[in-house]
Amino acid sequence: MLLAKTGVPAASDLAKVIPSEERLKKGAVAIIECFQSIPCNPCQFACPRGAIKEFADINDIPKIDFDLCDGCGTCISKCPGLAIFVVDATYGAEEALVKIPYEFLPLPAKGDRVAGLNREGKEVCEAEVVRVQSAKGLDKTPIIWLSVPKDYMMEVRHIRLKGGAVS
Amino acid sequence: MKSLRKTELAVIGGGPAGLSSAITAMRQGAEVTLIDRDPVLGGQLIKQTHMFFGSKDQFASIRGIDIPSELIKALEEGPGKVKVELGTTVIGYYDDGVILMEKDNRATTLLPQRIIVATGAAEKMLPFPGNDLPGVYGAGAVQTLMNVYGIKPGKRVLMVGAGNIGLIVSYQLLQAGVEVVAIIEAAPHIGGYLVHASKVRRAGVPIYTSCSIKEAFGRESVEGAVICRLDENWQPLPGTEKTLELDVICLAVGLSPLTELLWQAGCKHKYVPELGGYVPVRNEKMQTSIPYIYVAGDAAGVEEASSAMIEGKLAGLFAAASLGYDHDLESLAATYRKELEELRSGEAGSKIRQGLAKLIGGVSVAS
Repeated sequence: MLLAKTGVPAASDLAKVIPSEERLKKGAVAIIECFQSIPCNPCQFACPRGAIKEFADINDIPKIDFDLCDGCGTCISKCPGLAIFVVDATYGAEEALVKIPYEFLPLPAKGDRVAGLNREGKEVCEAEVVRVQSAKGLDKTPIIWLSVPKDYMMEVRHIRLKGGAVS
Repeated sequence: MKSLRKTELAVIGGGPAGLSSAITAMRQGAEVTLIDRDPVLGGQLIKQTHMFFGSKDQFASIRGIDIPSELIKALEEGPGKVKVELGTTVIGYYDDGVILMEKDNRATTLLPQRIIVATGAAEKMLPFPGNDLPGVYGAGAVQTLMNVYGIKPGKRVLMVGAGNIGLIVSYQLLQAGVEVVAIIEAAPHIGGYLVHASKVRRAGVPIYTSCSIKEAFGRESVEGAVICRLDENWQPLPGTEKTLELDVICLAVGLSPLTELLWQAGCKHKYVPELGGYVPVRNEKMQTSIPYIYVAGDAAGVEEASSAMIEGKLAGLFAAASLGYDHDLESLAATYRKELEELRSGEAGSKIRQGLAKLIGGVSVAS
C-alpha cells in the first residue's frame, strides 16, 4: 500500500471515502480520510445526527451515512487523527467550501488569503479564509473554513499562511 | 531505633499505569503509597499534547496533557486515601521486601506488603558515527524541552523513526515552529498510525521509508547528517547517500521496559522483541514470578498509554485482592480484560498479541 510508505493516501484510497457527485451537489458533507484499522472510536459518538455508523469493533474503519450527514463539522475536532474534513461543493459558482482542522499558531483571520496545500504539502491554489472556529469546546483544534476553487476541493487539506509562518 | 515505615501497597511510578493502579487499589480498599521520581504526577502524559486514540473509557479524544488532572481528581476523591510521595526515586529493593528510596539526597525505607512496578520504558539508542554529538536527542527529551519547558531544541530537525512517537513528535516540532527536514524509517513501511503520517505530510514533511542514518557530523555539535537508502535486507545501498544540513537529530527508534528494580528483586525475565526487549514474566493478573510484586504499563511490555491504564487497573485490582480486598473482583477483572482485548484485537495490535503469546504462554507463575 502506497499510503503506508508515504503517508499520502492514493486515489484508490480516496475513491472509497469521497461521496458521489450526486451527493456533493446536495451540499456540505463530511469526508473521513481514515484508511487503517486502529483502536479508535470517538467519531462514532461525535455526530449529533448519528451519521457516523456505530462500530461493531473499536478497530473498525468509520463509515458515514452521507444521507444523514449535513456537513456541520462537529466531528472534525473530535478525531484524534485530524482525518475528518467537510466539503461543500454548492458554496459558490466557482468556489467550494472546505473545512479543515488546524492546530497551528498564529491562526489565520477571516479574509486572509492563504496557500492551499494538498496531501503532500504542496501548494496547489490560493484559498480565502471564510471563517475561523476556535471556541473552547473545540479543545484547541480550531476549524478553518476555506473558499477554494472547485477544482481543488478534493485536494486542499492544509494551509500555509503567507508571510513566513510555518505551515 | 526508628520503626520501619509500612504500607499495604506501594505503587512505583505515577504515570498512566501507576495512577490507574493506585486509584483501583484504593477504591477496592487497600492502603496505597504512590511513589514517583518527578515533582508532578502524570509520567509521560504531561508531554502528550495530542488527542488520545482508543475509546471513551481510556479518555479518547482528550489530550494527554489533560488526563493527569482527571486521574489525580479520581485519586483524591477517595473513598480511601493514597499517600503520594513525589520527587522520590526508588533506588533499591532488599530481599526482605524493603524498598530504598531517595528524596532530596536522603535515603528512606518503606516496607510494602505488595508492590506494583509501573516504571515505564526507556528510549533505545541507535549506533552510528557521531551519535555522541550535542544535538542528537531522544524524542522524549525533545518533547520534554518543548512541551514541559517551552524550549525549542534547534532549528532544523531530522527525525529518525516513523513510529507513532516519531510522527507525533515531528508534528509537535512543527507546532513549535521548528522545521522538520525529513522523517526517515529503516523499515519498508511507516510503523505509526497513518493518520499521524498524513498530518505531517500535508504540512510538508517528507517521510522516507527503507532509509537510515549513516552518520552525523559537526565540530562542536551536529551540523548535518548523511542518510542512505536500505535494500530489502536492511543493508545500506551504496551510492544513495544524501547529506542534509541540520542542527538536531531526533531518535525515535523504540523503547524498552525499565525494569531494573524487577531484575534486582530477582523476577524472571524473558526476551520478547515484540514487547521491547527483556520483559518481566507475569501472569494474567499482572503478577510477576515473585508473587507479591506486580507490574503494569510499559514496564510490563512496551505498548501505549491507553492499554497501560487498563493494565494498571488490573494490577491494582489483583494486588488489592491478594490483600483481601476482593470486592467485585471477577466482574471488574472481566470488564478490564475485555477493554484490553478490544484495544489489541485489530491489525495495529497484532505485534502486541504475538509478544504476549510468547510471554504468557507456557510459563507458570505462583498465584
